Amino acid sequence: MPEKINKTQLINKLSRILDTDSLLYKEEDLRPYECDGLSAYRQLPMLVALPKNIEEVQSIVKICHYHNTPVIARGAGTGLSGGALPLETGVLLSLARLNKILAIDQDNLLATVQPGVRNLAISEAVTELGLYYAPDPSSQIACTIGGNVAENSGGVHCLKYGLTVHNISQIKIITIDGELLTIGSHAMDAAGYDLLALFTGSEGMLGIIVEVTVKLLPQPETAQVILASFNDIEVAGRAVSDIIAAGIIPAGLEMMDNPAIRAAEDFVHAGYPTDAAAILLCELDGTIEEVEEQITCVRKVLNNSGVINIRTAENEAERQQFWKGRKAAFPAVGRIAPDYYCMDGTIPRKKLPWVLKSISELSEQYNLAVANVFHAGDGNLHPLILYDANKPGELERTEEFGGKILELCIKAGGSITGEHGIGMEKINQMCIQFSTTELEQFHAVKAAFDPLGLLNPGKAVPTLHRCAEFGAMHVHHGELSHPELERF
Amino acid sequence: MTDISDTLSQQIKDAHVNKQTLNIQGNGSKKFYGNPCKGRSLHTSAHTGIITYEPTELVITARAGTSLQDINQTLVDQNQILGFEPPDLGNSSLGGTIACNLSGPRRPYAGAARDFLLGCRIINGKGDIMHFGGEVMKNVAGYDVARLMAGAMGTLGVLLDVSLKVLPRPQGEITIHQQLTKQQALSTLTQLRSQPLPITAACFDNTGLYIRLSGNVTAINAAHKDIGGELIPDSEPFWRSIREHKHAFFNNNQPLWRLSLPPAADINLDGESMIDWGGAQRWLFSDREADHIRSNVTDAGGHATLYKNSTTDTEFFNPLDHNMLKVQQQLKKAFDPENILNPGKLYRAL
Repeated sequence: MPEKINKTQLINKLSRILDTDSLLYKEEDLRPYECDGLSAYRQLPMLVALPKNIEEVQSIVKICHYHNTPVIARGAGTGLSGGALPLETGVLLSLARLNKILAIDQDNLLATVQPGVRNLAISEAVTELGLYYAPDPSSQIACTIGGNVAENSGGVHCLKYGLTVHNISQIKIITIDGELLTIGSHAMDAAGYDLLALFTGSEGMLGIIVEVTVKLLPQPETAQVILASFNDIEVAGRAVSDIIAAGIIPAGLEMMDNPAIRAAEDFVHAGYPTDAAAILLCELDGTIEEVEEQITCVRKVLNNSGVINIRTAENEAERQQFWKGRKAAFPAVGRIAPDYYCMDGTIPRKKLPWVLKSISELSEQYNLAVANVFHAGDGNLHPLILYDANKPGELERTEEFGGKILELCIKAGGSITGEHGIGMEKINQMCIQFSTTELEQFHAVKAAFDPLGLLNPGKAVPTLHRCAEFGAMHVHHGELSHPELERF
Repeated sequence: MTDISDTLSQQIKDAHVNKQTLNIQGNGSKKFYGNPCKGRSLHTSAHTGIITYEPTELVITARAGTSLQDINQTLVDQNQILGFEPPDLGNSSLGGTIACNLSGPRRPYAGAARDFLLGCRIINGKGDIMHFGGEVMKNVAGYDVARLMAGAMGTLGVLLDVSLKVLPRPQGEITIHQQLTKQQALSTLTQLRSQPLPITAACFDNTGLYIRLSGNVTAINAAHKDIGGELIPDSEPFWRSIREHKHAFFNNNQPLWRLSLPPAADINLDGESMIDWGGAQRWLFSDREADHIRSNVTDAGGHATLYKNSTTDTEFFNPLDHNMLKVQQQLKKAFDPENILNPGKLYRAL
């Protein structure tokens, strides 16, 4: 195997295949790439490559593979778990210039796009055909479909319409040895192992996504939203279960607690009751007849579940207004504290009261305020921890608090990430959610695609040594995690 | 209710040490499915029982040997269903259904078995018991190994417990029939596909197009008015006959092909055919050689499975190209380094 080469040598090699504007290596040019949406983690890459086509991606990957150089793929850099955090010794591969919509197949309800196409741009391109792409992460205006596949992104409509994995049909990837591989098909399944599922959410660890065929859906005839307020968050939680028990799958079912309500109302004046302990936003979509009947049913359920006030948006403008508050919740919280840290865990819904109570206890213990935004329908919590990065030690305290919240989610029978991914952020908590054999299995899967470990190394799946070190710091119930491992 | 996880794990550990190939046996309802495979039988059907079922969480977790009939009955009692409407084929177990990733007529509109799979406990080819995914709707921690098990035919791991998302049972269901030719049916399906209608099944059987509508009664009646066609009373037996391959169409001894295609694909192959999944799954009885059928289907963007009555030794599933086969072999090795779990069942070279 050839020796690892230094930065200058690599620049020389890559500049033979890339245009001058496709290769960045000066510090000031690298700076914008030092972090993704999780800005607490920063690292300058060795260099940034911005290929313009699949062949260039293949050549870059082949060169990096040959010279044993790590490759970190990046879309729009909106990820919230540090999945696109660069490596000092690695090439940051930006797929942003592969941004064309290649084909819209109206008959089969498919759109084939390059990975750098923005999520919302797909829906915008097909809206005149009465179609749309369902997954709608809150960053949809900026985030790219390649990143969505890498993270298995969700959004507010997951309960009814599923995650990215349910809404894509085929991807093309470049393997670490530079081969183009087509995974999935334009039919409803493909022969062999379901690599489409394996790649979705694999955080750039198995291959570089260079093309995505997404499924399109007919736009629902109508959508309607109910805003329900509660003076007790547990009552609101039970109301969510009551709606599901009534046989209704809402298109969206969101909950916000009082600090989140106040922040959002103050910011965008959505018409939220600022004295409520919690609000639920329940969106119903479908045919006009279906939605009418479901609205009646949901109102009835809510009336029997201890609601203090129910409003149904009277028109599209009001519906948008109701949603505006929820969609602006994160920036709204950003206005009431110098910094906030957005967590992302999932729990079985019935554990919501226990988890919220425990979060509030932790909040007191760490002396850090929390606002809770919750995809209540599918049990995905987004506690926002408010802090001030300029106060010495506060970020560290926040991260520790965040880690405790994730551990709560595991205890409740849930997961440390619902839609933001593991990246760098939650890598330690992986040691708690998974056993040694499970982590070894993940490493074996990784090695099947990338034996040298060059694709996004150090992310998503912790090494067993890392877990041993983390376990030494976090002794649970008097038991050391992974006692079979040597300590370093 | 029996948990034989440890027994199964020990059997696999022994087989791993002795390099003894194993042939995983559930209830035996799908013996025809996949390439023939040799090896000592590993019986999983005694591993039964529903472990948790929370109707308001929309999740059921059961041991792999649990019969689909038991699961369906438990769900129906709470007015819920398996959204992918799996075929029972006599006496299917949950594990076999997931391992084969089989889904019924509702598949194009609700999703396949793999889409409803939230998590599973498995034993890999070394005998390690592992848990991937969970009982929550959203979970992106680690690779989606759980979903990878769907359709892997037991070649990557033996399924122990499976967690599935379930759906509310629709309030009402009607079926309408339109007398159309195959070409007319395909073009009708293409028109309907892009409209927001409460369709949950669509099938063409040479007498015409059958469309099932599900949801609240007002909505399905309104959709019937939109689409038109004659109302078929008591249509449940019809859809069961499609799902279970009991429809008269399936009384044929010629090789039966399952063609998985983009739903609007225009493809003409000699033989008797039926269209399900709104165009995306087509059944074909044909004596034509496998290569001819497979190259036509592949050109149209799909793949062809030689589902039943094979008269040659051709692969059961559509062969993979060289690079893809290589990747899948490496993946198989990552789970089953000694190649003892159902070797050859999915592909001879796997």
